[in-house]
Amino acid sequence: MTRSWIGRLVLLLVVPVALVALWWWTSAESGSVYYPPLSRIVEKLQEDWLFEQVGSDLVPSLGRFTAGYLIAALTGIALGTLIGLAPRVRRASQPVTEFLRSIPPPLLLPFVLVVVGLGNASKIVLIVLGSVWPVLLNTIDGVHGVDPETLDMARSFGIGRRMQLTRVILPAASPKIAVGMRTSLSVALILMVISEMQASTNGLGFQVLSAQRSFDTAGTYAGVIVIGVVGLVVNLGFLVAEGWIMRWHRGARGLLEDTQRGRRPARGPGARARDATTTPRDERRMVGTTGVME
Amino acid sequence: MTDGPSPRTSRRARDRVEAVVLPVLGVAVTLAAFEVAPRIGLLPRSSFPPFSEIFATLTDLVTTAELWEAVLDTLDAWARALAIATLIGVPLGLAIGSNHIGALLSRLTIDFLRPIPSVALIPILVLVYGTRPSLKVTLAVFGATFPLLFQAMYGVADVDPVAKDTGRAFGMGWWARLRHIVLPSCAPYLATGLRISASVALILVVTGEYIVGVPGLGAEVLVAYSSGAFERMYALIVVAGLLGLLVNLGFHAVERRALSWHPSHRPDEGATA
Repeated sequence: MTRSWIGRLVLLLVVPVALVALWWWTSAESGSVYYPPLSRIVEKLQEDWLFEQVGSDLVPSLGRFTAGYLIAALTGIALGTLIGLAPRVRRASQPVTEFLRSIPPPLLLPFVLVVVGLGNASKIVLIVLGSVWPVLLNTIDGVHGVDPETLDMARSFGIGRRMQLTRVILPAASPKIAVGMRTSLSVALILMVISEMQASTNGLGFQVLSAQRSFDTAGTYAGVIVIGVVGLVVNLGFLVAEGWIMRWHRGARGLLEDTQRGRRPARGPGARARDATTTPRDERRMVGTTGVME
Repeated sequence: MTDGPSPRTSRRARDRVEAVVLPVLGVAVTLAAFEVAPRIGLLPRSSFPPFSEIFATLTDLVTTAELWEAVLDTLDAWARALAIATLIGVPLGLAIGSNHIGALLSRLTIDFLRPIPSVALIPILVLVYGTRPSLKVTLAVFGATFPLLFQAMYGVADVDPVAKDTGRAFGMGWWARLRHIVLPSCAPYLATGLRISASVALILVVTGEYIVGVPGLGAEVLVAYSSGAFERMYALIVVAGLLGLLVNLGFHAVERRALSWHPSHRPDEGATA
């Protein structure tokens, strides 16, 4: 709607550029310990993170994150499919899963530390224990919600159990699974940082906290910026991967939506709000806002 | 027992029984597992006591003023954070979502800020606030604003344009349209946002308490952990879990009750969900 792509680009960039400029300008002469000059933070960023601490801290952090996240995703999908296919098990497990996922995940850290120990394993276990819930609950939901007529049809064509699972059930549940995996991603990142803030000797979380403890303010800010960039890159990577893997689904939906365009969306606010009756599912509406998806 | 008057009613009766029995069974099996696992060595007994011992500590704990003070500390920060997040997130989301230019202007900033793990801010907040309660409130505000902001953005984008035009044609002012068209139409989105934000805020408040030691439930867990009082530590974790569950269920209930007029919450449609 805005005239040209140049106009759009200017609008997109003006606020971030203004904010950074404001930060640079107001902090330049700052004598406050808590508000170091941005130029000093940038220097520190180069000293510490290009590339001195990349091998010693960034790589271990990302390794634990990747391991924990992948284990959580696979466990969640496998367990969620089993539970979703067994209505009685689903009912029986509901209060337990609801309670376990309500425990603030960082509080699982002391449990993991005393039961698993202080090494790498405990950090991975923490990430798994905290981030498995969104995938699990969404998978249960997605598998349970597969259109029964589609399943009946598959059965009446004599399609075997395995084919039903890989060709009907999992594809039908995949949008929900993707939503769960996206939520889990942020939880896993948070737990990666937290697990390194206590009883750790390296990693991003360890570095920011120790910089703060030694009153290295610029170093603290630099570390926080690195964590922010990691979060950004990981999220973008996920969106790209999701867009690629789910392109068949968006294609199918896009067709459907084209035929309805011009009218009020048939689903309306109600349908969306109803879809979103538990936390993990709510991320769905947030997916569209990160540009890459659109 | 299964010989009801007709197969259909007997199935319905069985369904009703199952709806009660199965969840109870699920909880019982889980508790039994946590009782037995430490006793047979599946979990290390020294660091994970059987559930009965945790439960005994829990029943002692709920009679102490200490626990309730900690819970109040936590809830106080949580309520403040949620209120501030609402005051920031909803107006901002409505403003951004209702016009194209606002959306473009804010997009990169929001897209950059959102994926930052909120806990990364803890070191900076410690520098600024030390161990004062403002630390956990600020931390929670940062995390809890985004769900509300996004829900408000989507909600306002989904307002029926015909309704807005009709309002304008009837000469309704800006405020009247906001009050009578936009807000009611966004209500389900805002209710959902509020519920997510409530959970997020609680998690972050407890995280701030646990990592930094700001007084509250999280700090109690930290003290119990570092003094090796494991029964107490697990009992406190259970309390935190119950608190989280309560917040989630509570906001679910509010959502259902407050929005019973809305099409998305009418029973006939709800039945298909």
